[in-house]
Parts: sequence; structure tokens; C-alpha cells
Amino acid sequence: MLNNKKFRDPALIKKIVDDLNNWKKPIKIMEVCGSHTMAIGHWGIRKLLPPSIQLISGPGCPVCVTPSSLIDELIKLKGVTIATFGDLIRVPGKEETLEQARAKGLDIKLIYSPLEALKLAEKKQVVFVGIGFETTIPGIAQTIFLAAKQKQFNFSVFPAFKLVPPALDALLSTEDIELDGFLLPGHVSVIIGSESYDLLPEKFGIGGVVTGFEPLDILRAVKLLTNQISKDNPQIINEYNRVVDSSGNKIAKQIIEEILQVEDALWRGIGWIPDSGMGIKEKYAEFDAAKKYNITLKDEEGNTGCRCADVLKGKIIPPECPLFEKVCTPAHPIGPCMVSSEGSCAAYYKYER
Amino acid sequence: MCLAIPAQVVQKDGEKGYVNLGGARKEVMFTFTPEVEKGDWVLIHTGFALNVISEEDAEETLKLFDELGTIQDEMELENKNVEQ
Ligand code: SF4
Ligand code: SF4
Repeated sequence: MLNNKKFRDPALIKKIVDDLNNWKKPIKIMEVCGSHTMAIGHWGIRKLLPPSIQLISGPGCPVCVTPSSLIDELIKLKGVTIATFGDLIRVPGKEETLEQARAKGLDIKLIYSPLEALKLAEKKQVVFVGIGFETTIPGIAQTIFLAAKQKQFNFSVFPAFKLVPPALDALLSTEDIELDGFLLPGHVSVIIGSESYDLLPEKFGIGGVVTGFEPLDILRAVKLLTNQISKDNPQIINEYNRVVDSSGNKIAKQIIEEILQVEDALWRGIGWIPDSGMGIKEKYAEFDAAKKYNITLKDEEGNTGCRCADVLKGKIIPPECPLFEKVCTPAHPIGPCMVSSEGSCAAYYKYER
Repeated sequence: MCLAIPAQVVQKDGEKGYVNLGGARKEVMFTFTPEVEKGDWVLIHTGFALNVISEEDAEETLKLFDELGTIQDEMELENKNVEQ
């Protein structure tokens, strides 16, 4: 177990920063997780690194990658309460956001835990919007399990779950993106374990470091990546071993396995990625809002000029979008990357201007 | 969205219980961490404890959440000193 005191030691930070500033070869490192994007902005880490080391943001926030057609479909639902995590209500659909629809009478309840949605179902029909990566999925799966146990048929979940390793696989397989390494998400990995990323070095020859959210975590991860790159020895390293282990949380994985199955998923700006999401198993079909209300998602992002797709793929940084700051701001988001506080564009707006 | 926050377990009755989250008592499910005991530190996300972490690490992480910004300031100071 690492001693956490070290993670705030300015002398140590300076040592790593000085060391990294000797790095000459231009490299691109993608931070997959929106919380990392936030932490990197907050601690001013981009400015500490030499120009040769570029950190780019990836598809790291489930809110940002939620397709607009999901918002449109939710707005069409009649006679139900929509329960959702807060960030989603400001995501633009084709015509409007859930927040704007709420002003016109759509019944929306913001909640912190899926269990609150289940409780709400004691009084009315509730559709819970199941967005989230592997960190969030087990809690929602367990809530479906409890709904089945309580025979609470007022409750259903629309499964819009996303899985991180398949998305990285698809990103590297289909897009022409030059990447030299990954900063891998800390809290997704608590559930799935660091070994879930072994495909990155094995299939693509790119290494990654599972890391935490403190400045030294991130700087150490960058340093570990430069070490691998200079030795041409790509591998997955778990820097965050005070929290993450190699195999993840067994019980959480069992509950996911009981309720959900791997399916294709629609990522906003990226499109359908095979096996990168989860649907609800036939055994629990009564709790599947997609079946109950016959909802299917379409890949039809409107032509707003938003470059989120390229941001999520790491092709451009947010200020390279012509709308950034001029038209698109956190108060008036045009695209989803500006909505969630962890969205790449929102993080750049807050920290990197 | 999936940031998980460290909190200390103050009560546990089977699968359910409470944690102290920055002074507030919050109900939490221990479905994924049946082994935890009162006094343990856990990572909390959407009302569920995701795993057990050591108290020392949790406190340190909490402090760091509390003191966001200070390290950068210190570093900027130090950089200035170096430049001078
Ligand atoms: S939802 Fe999770 S993976 Fe995504 S940005 Fe937030 S912390 Fe990172
Ligand atoms: S700045 Fe706004 S419009 Fe441009 S890519 Fe980001 S979210 Fe989309």
C-alpha cells in the first residue's frame, strides 16, 4: 500500500515535473476518464508538462456519450415519471433538453441513487435512465434485482450503459488515431480490475496506467508511460493499487452477470460500437423500459456544428471547435461535452482558457 | 459522473447501514462489500459501497479533496522562486 502523504509532496512533484521536462519525443496520451480531465485541469498539469507530452481527452463521461435520440425518446414518454442523475437533464436532444421539456410539464425527478427511483415507484410509474460506466452499473443492476424481489412492476430501467474496454478497443480498431498511451479510469477499475485492459498492449501495442485523481497520481502515471515508451515495452500498470486491484469487485461483477448482458451500444458522436454496452436479460424483461415502452435508439446527431465527436475521439481539443466559448458555454451548451462538469469542453472552459 | 467518495461506516445492519460523509449521515448499501465493519472506510457511489479502503488512505484523499488548489499554489510559488 502506498503512503498517501507522498501524493501531496511539492518537492516530489517538482522532481517528476523536472524529469518529465527532459522528455523530447512527441507523444500523445489519452485520459479516458472525465474525472481525470477535471483533475488535470484543476491541478494545471498540462502547463507543467513539456510541449512534447500532449494529454488529450477521450470518451470519458457517460453523460457526454449519451445519444440525442435517447433524450428525444424520453421526452415522448407519457404518464410516467422519469428518474435520472442530474447532469443528463441539460443534454441537448434534437429539439430540446429534458430540462426544457420539464418546463412544459414532463415529469422528471433528479436522484442521487437508483434506490430512490425504486422507492418513487411505490407511488407511480417510474422509468429510471440507466446511464453509466462500470462504476455505476452494479448499483443499478442491484436495484433491478430488488425491484424483481419486491415485484415492483411500476419500476423499469432504460439501459444506456457503456463499457470502457470495448470502447477503447473500437476507438483503436476503427479510427485513425495516433496514441502512445492511456491514463485509465480509477473508479471504473474498482469494479472491473486493472487486468481488463490487457487487450491494449496485447492487441494494439499501447500501454496504460490505471491511476487516481491526485496530482502525483497523474504525474507518476505519465512518468510510468514515458518509461514504457522509451523501452518500447507497452503494458498495463496499476498505479492506483491503494484502491484498485487486478481483478475488481467479484460480488459486483456477479450481480451484473445475473441481471445484464453485453450488447451493442450507441455512443454519441462515435456511433454503434459492438459489445460496448449492456442490456437487461430476458429473465428481467418486465423491468426493461426499452421493451416496456418500445424504445429504440437511432444514430442521428443533428447538424449543430458541434465537434464533440472529434473531441471524444481525441482528434481535436475543445478550443479547436469553432463554437467553443463563442457560442457554446456551460450556461448555453450546444453539445453534450459542454454539459457535464466532467465533459472535455466544460473542463477546458473552466480550466484551460 | 462516476467519481466515488471515501466515507466511514458508522452503522451496519446486514446489507444496509450508514456512513459519515463529510459530517452527514448517509444511508448506504453494503451489497458489494459484505465484509465491512463499523469504523471501516469505503468508497461510496450512488448509494452503494464499491470497496473497502484503508483509513489512512481515505483520510488523506479526503484532505486532498478539501485542499484542492493548495499544491498548485505551492508549486507556482516554488517555480517563481526557481526563476528568481
Ligand atoms: S463517469 Fe467515470 S469514467 Fe466517466 S468521467 Fe466520470 S469518473 Fe470518469
Ligand atoms: S465546444 Fe460545444 S459545440 Fe464545440 S465540441 Fe464542445 S460541446 Fe460541441
